[in-house]
Amino acid sequence: MSETAGAARWQLRLYVAGQTPKCLVAFANLKKICETYLTGQYDIEIIDLLQTPALAQGDQILAIPTLVRKLPEPVRKIIGDLSNTERVLVGLDIRQLPR
Amino acid sequence: MPRSARPRSKAPDSLPKAKTGIAGLDEITYGGLPRGRTTLVAGGPGCGKTLLGAEFLVRGALEFGEPGAFVAFEETPEELTQNVSSLGYRLDSLVAAKKLHIDYVRVERSEIEETGDYDLEGLFVRLAHAIDSIGAKRLVLDTLEVLFAGLTDHALLRAELRRLFHWLKERGITAIVTAESGQHGELSRHGIEEYVSDCVISLDHRVSQQLSTRRLRVVKYRGSQHGANEYPFLIDDGGLVVFPITSMGLDYGAPTGHVPTGVEGLDAALDGRGFLRGSSVLVTGTAGTGKTSLAAGFVNAACARGERCLYFSMEESPDQIVRNMRSIGLNLERWRKRGLLRVQSARPTLYGLENHLAAVYRATTEFAPHAVVMDPLTGLGAIGSDREVTAVITRLLDFLKSKQITSLFTTLASVQADPEHSDVGVSSWMDAWLLMRTLESAGVRRRALYVIKARGMRHSDSIHELHFTTRGLRIEPAAVVPT
Repeated sequence: MSETAGAARWQLRLYVAGQTPKCLVAFANLKKICETYLTGQYDIEIIDLLQTPALAQGDQILAIPTLVRKLPEPVRKIIGDLSNTERVLVGLDIRQLPR
Repeated sequence: MPRSARPRSKAPDSLPKAKTGIAGLDEITYGGLPRGRTTLVAGGPGCGKTLLGAEFLVRGALEFGEPGAFVAFEETPEELTQNVSSLGYRLDSLVAAKKLHIDYVRVERSEIEETGDYDLEGLFVRLAHAIDSIGAKRLVLDTLEVLFAGLTDHALLRAELRRLFHWLKERGITAIVTAESGQHGELSRHGIEEYVSDCVISLDHRVSQQLSTRRLRVVKYRGSQHGANEYPFLIDDGGLVVFPITSMGLDYGAPTGHVPTGVEGLDAALDGRGFLRGSSVLVTGTAGTGKTSLAAGFVNAACARGERCLYFSMEESPDQIVRNMRSIGLNLERWRKRGLLRVQSARPTLYGLENHLAAVYRATTEFAPHAVVMDPLTGLGAIGSDREVTAVITRLLDFLKSKQITSLFTTLASVQADPEHSDVGVSSWMDAWLLMRTLESAGVRRRALYVIKARGMRHSDSIHELHFTTRGLRIEPAAVVPT
């Protein structure tokens, strides 16, 4: 891997609305997937829309929970509690990581 | 303060309503949409759903002091602002004044991966934010059905919509949700009407004989009476206009007093005083009998008394009428200059029937004339079936009468048919009917005028001969009874 450390880092954003069971499950699932496939190369930012509702507009959030891959580009969105690992990996395009 | 029952205009509705401010719609719904409830507006593409929603919010903000939020699923705020600017609405200034909030919700299936359990709390958060940021009392969701295309789990979507409508009700928001109508006559493609139970309005846009007509129908309105017909509506540069514009019917007052006809000798034939003020007059005649001249004489006399006249011409341009009438000594230009006369010309086939009605409505409301002339009414026959034309004329008459405006209409009769029978449909709506025809006798073509009917007055039964003079028109009892 020749990219600089900054460019290679994954920036993930998880949108939740309070600490609902769905949101907690989503966070746990995300953590697990990242630890398994993106060890040491990711940042997770949690945005609670109940605290900052204005942020929902920017990323066009509709469903909760929604995971947004900000980097690497292009931006991707995955909705749901992330319980289907296969689809999360496809959605995040993680399969293509070890180029 | 219970007044004696007036069944038509004031329904004994306890249901609180929110006025839309849309011309005509508040009349049909007896006061507006159910306050604090959700109304479904369904219709095909391009039938005016978005504009109806936008006008509901704009008028709510401007006229009723109720800020509104527009949640668009199909158009960006820029597109929406641009699209309604053609109606004279400045959304951007309303947004700046915190009277309107526009949120664009983009749902793109290709960008969304579904991986397990979710809900639409994000949408709720956005709606709550939109509502709270300006203290919105009104909300438009246009069109919610986009969600069905963007998300695969329709069972979940339906449950969430149910929750959404309940949530809006709890917050006391008067909302409009729009939906695309189904291809097989369903009100909405995904059956949203099942969740919106209070009020459903259907819009329709059809083209018949190359002319488009828009129609609006209140399909249901729980707990309220409403007009059940299909009502024509149109979208012009002032927004939506639904007909009837005012609560039309036969409950207008009958003004007393007379209006001179402007034709020398005709007043004498009509009880000695002319037309009844606020009445409708039909002038039927074959080609070249002087219908327009008679109308111009009427207008000239009214303006000379200082009254305002509105003249709709279907055949001649304003300048042409002014020029032609100069030949019989009528100087109409001075009335135009003094602002007493407004001549409006439009080919009948230029618009649909409803547009003509709307043009009359708008001009009449703006100009507040004492008298209106439509010359000739016959032209409307070219753009609608007899029934449609009759319906439009009836509404037009009701409207003018409710404003106590004296109206004069001309129609062209064919030479072959007995003119007395050619306008039977229309004439029965009119208060007075003058018939003009040419008669040949002793090598001369003479113009004859009869008063066929004149409600509320003893009119002459004589045949009169009509003369064009240098000072207008004059009639006198025919010296020789023409054969």
